[in-house]
Amino acid sequence: MMQDLVIRGIYIAYAIGMLMTFGLILTWVERKQAAVMSDRIGANRAYLRIPFTQIKLVWWGLFHGLADGMKMLLKEDFRPVSYDRVAYALGPWVVFSPVLLVFAVIPFGGTLVPAVLFDGSPAIVEWFGDRSYPMQIASLDAGLLVVFAFSGITVIGSMLAGWSSNNKFSMLGAIRSASQMISYEVVMGLTVIGLILIYGSVDLGSIVEQQSGVLLGFLPAWGIFYQPFAAILFMTAAQAENRRIPFDLPEAESELIAGYFTEYSAMKMGLFMFAEFIEIAIIAALFTTLFLGGYNLPFMSDAGFTLPGGHFIALSHGTVVLTQLLVFLVKVFLLCSFQILVRWSLPRFRYDQLLRFAWKFLLPLALANLVVTVVAVWAIRGAGA
Amino acid sequence: MSRKPYQRRVYWNESTMSWWERFYLLEILRGLSITGGVFLRNMGRWITGRKGALTTYYPEQTRSDYAAHNRGKHILTQRPDGRPQCIACNMCATVCPAQCIEIEAAFDPDDPAHPKHPSRFEIDYSRCVFCGFCVEACPEDAIRMVKEVPDLPSGDRDDMWFRRDDLLGWMPRSDVAKSYPPKPDATGGGRP
Repeated sequence: MMQDLVIRGIYIAYAIGMLMTFGLILTWVERKQAAVMSDRIGANRAYLRIPFTQIKLVWWGLFHGLADGMKMLLKEDFRPVSYDRVAYALGPWVVFSPVLLVFAVIPFGGTLVPAVLFDGSPAIVEWFGDRSYPMQIASLDAGLLVVFAFSGITVIGSMLAGWSSNNKFSMLGAIRSASQMISYEVVMGLTVIGLILIYGSVDLGSIVEQQSGVLLGFLPAWGIFYQPFAAILFMTAAQAENRRIPFDLPEAESELIAGYFTEYSAMKMGLFMFAEFIEIAIIAALFTTLFLGGYNLPFMSDAGFTLPGGHFIALSHGTVVLTQLLVFLVKVFLLCSFQILVRWSLPRFRYDQLLRFAWKFLLPLALANLVVTVVAVWAIRGAGA
Repeated sequence: MSRKPYQRRVYWNESTMSWWERFYLLEILRGLSITGGVFLRNMGRWITGRKGALTTYYPEQTRSDYAAHNRGKHILTQRPDGRPQCIACNMCATVCPAQCIEIEAAFDPDDPAHPKHPSRFEIDYSRCVFCGFCVEACPEDAIRMVKEVPDLPSGDRDDMWFRRDDLLGWMPRSDVAKSYPPKPDATGGGRP
């Protein structure tokens, strides 16, 4: 019992630490990548000076995220004259916390067996016995449903923020955000149903495990090869969910100042920004889990590599755990980078185009994809049965 | 009251898109490959130790390709013996639209040809508009502007005052166009 608590505590600390680090670093990555993409140098002035010396750690401006955070924390927490103080104070948290909660069901590694990992020390081996823990904060059977349930809450937060700010821009932003998120949530849900049909489960852990096989003899059995179309649609809808350019209508700077968080300042505004950046990481993690084989390298499972020829390479438990943690981080980071690439490449939609794109283009495509998947699954499984 | 239904206006230069372009996805991929290609190219340059940007790292680096007639920093020209050629006539300070030149004249009885010279000659670059009027106004060709920009960025506003010796010694230049009589020595000789 105590052992479970310890392990889960470590998982939670790891997950929160990882998400916060991603949130901090992505603010810098976004600026730096945008700069490199447009032949500029980018943010590189913030530095840490080691006390009592003149040694300045610049590290390519990596501390800009830290400087931003400090600035947000130290600024005046300005409050507008609003008629709903509770909703105003609640808004940022309702946006921020579901984003973190979503990560609870995303597996960031395979199964951890502490007794095998620390087989050098008898005390640990004895204490843990033969317990094993999937590297996932909550290994729920309803994994994917939880993801959608929590990410749906975010829209309430932006509505609360927009409504209680007593500002027309905020109000417009909130309305736009609500209609946009609801539209794209439908698309996102439909694209994922195809995957659920193929894997026969909504548990993200088991979805990842099923992706370590081989498809057609040479491809890794990743979701993106089963459902390439769904992957594109999912990525599009997820970007729209996150309200980033090309779908940043709720916070379109040139039209709405900052949208639903116009009236927020200091760390409350910082929470909205932070939630957005963490959501980039969450979307990347979800996409990795659903379409890119999760924490595994191609053909890799908890035991080792099973190469397409049937050749098996066993790996020790410590190597597997480390590889899986690292591979997950790398995949998530690359996908974050891809989202930033999209954000700095495409122009913003007009609002009517945005909704038309969701309902008249993405939704039929998602439905068509689903129908094809259903027929294919029925034909293949039906033939087998 | 009946209103006509809204009809979207068709412009003569309406953009026409082919089916592939209307399909959107492929065009997006094309755009992403362009921006991604630029990113990878620049990133490759940075990683291999070259410079992957067009911008300079000001003020540590400045561009070397300023135009020859760029109005950058002021310099004071010198006589052959190193004194400023300026005769403290105050013409530049008078014409300066930003009123950023301050001159304090001093009297040098030993040099009858040019008894007046500046003991202080200061330019406040926080106000200077780099118009070049001072250069135009100078009757002695004593103040010029060179193409290099002044090294201004600093945490202190006072650092933006450039003083006589800065302007003389930063990029010393003597006026070769005119020859000046040498300063008389103690015996009063040397006058033409």
